[in-house]
Amino acid sequence: MKHWLASFHRLASPPIFFRLAGRIMPWSLALAILSGGIGLVWGLVYAPADYLQGESVRILYIHVPAAWMSLAIWAFMAFAAIAALVWRTKVAETLAMAAAPIGACFTAITLLTGSLWGRPTWGTYWVWDARLTSELILLFLYLGVIGLYRTIEDPRRAARAASVLILVGLVNLPIIRYSVEWWSTLHQPASIRLSGSSIHPQMLWPLLVMALATKFYFLWAVLARARMMLAENESNKQWVRDLWREGRL
Amino acid sequence: MSASRAFLATLGRDLAAYWRRPGELLQPLWFAALVSTLLPLALGPESERLAIVAGGFSWIAALLAGLLGLDHIFRRDAEEGVLDQLLLAPVPLSLIVAGKFLAHWLVHGLPLALLLPLLALWLGLPPALLPTLALGLLLGTPLLSAIGGIAAALTVGLRGSGILLVLLVAPLYVPVLIFGAGAVEAGASGLSPRQPLLFLAAGVFLSLALAPWLAAKALRAALS
Repeated sequence: MKHWLASFHRLASPPIFFRLAGRIMPWSLALAILSGGIGLVWGLVYAPADYLQGESVRILYIHVPAAWMSLAIWAFMAFAAIAALVWRTKVAETLAMAAAPIGACFTAITLLTGSLWGRPTWGTYWVWDARLTSELILLFLYLGVIGLYRTIEDPRRAARAASVLILVGLVNLPIIRYSVEWWSTLHQPASIRLSGSSIHPQMLWPLLVMALATKFYFLWAVLARARMMLAENESNKQWVRDLWREGRL
Repeated sequence: MSASRAFLATLGRDLAAYWRRPGELLQPLWFAALVSTLLPLALGPESERLAIVAGGFSWIAALLAGLLGLDHIFRRDAEEGVLDQLLLAPVPLSLIVAGKFLAHWLVHGLPLALLLPLLALWLGLPPALLPTLALGLLLGTPLLSAIGGIAAALTVGLRGSGILLVLLVAPLYVPVLIFGAGAVEAGASGLSPRQPLLFLAAGVFLSLALAPWLAAKALRAALS
């Protein structure tokens, strides 16, 4: 059977992954810059100001996509962690570890923009609200994964240990997702669902474009980091030496 | 040796090992009593204020006291080389780990779950909330042992890993704290504590299925 799934396993080979990632990266970077540029100009300049929140609503064009990414990256890491624990492939281990600092950054951006938005809207930078607190816990979880990975010297053992931690931390994801529905808190429930959105299209579209931009940025960043980590960990292998000699590294 | 006998043998061996160091067993209980005495000193002795915070505080005390004993699960076995033998044993490692977790809960979690409601009552918890708190702690402490045990397995190969273990475990304890303290909170405001307690029970069953497997993976990653 000549199916694309049939050759999926070849991605587990570091040189093949390295080459493919190198081919995807410029495209995802270009798309990230393009959609990010459109989304930012659209959201920050052309989209209407909110009649309740005024101009500060524009912070949400960054806050909401970053918050989505903070959860989506952990889910991505969990998939990679399962692959790392079950099939023990270097590429999966590297991808999980490469994603952690990016996820931590998106979580920090979420908390920062959220507190900047909360000052004019809620009248306070911070409340001990269920969603705010659980997002902060998510940041600590990301830091824990990075910390454990850095503490164990052998990168492969470190990645497998951190993968277990990622899977255990997965229980926090539904808690963050449903915190605004289970507990009546200050943070509003989601306005955008699969069944439809309560946001006006003029505000919804720039938001979705920004969400797309963060996805492409993440794809570029995680591939770039994973490539370098692979090359570093495999620096004594022939394929890395070949790349080095040909000046393609 | 059959799998169930391996489980029982590990359980018996670990219980005997804990029993031979009774001083260590008392430390978490001692710690819980100690922090409970600190609370009135920090917040002032007004009984109305203490009554409000007593339930949530018991949960914090349970979490902190639970952190103390985590290092015992694997540390000594690792230092004496027993753990390397267990990794090589021809029985599923997850069952051995499950035995170790159960032994840890029996000597660390269960006494805490029995003592802390009494301490909370002493601090002024309304007696009507006592069953909710006690049931929550009985359901929550096995979860604390399971989650903490996984993290202990992750850090067992590291030198001076005590503080890292605490940093890794504390955020993972958050769901247990939310539902445990949430049950007491719900009871205090006149609502049914059923939902958070059911979530805790669901967590226990989930951890029964997953925690030994994950901890076995963690041990192999940390020691191989």
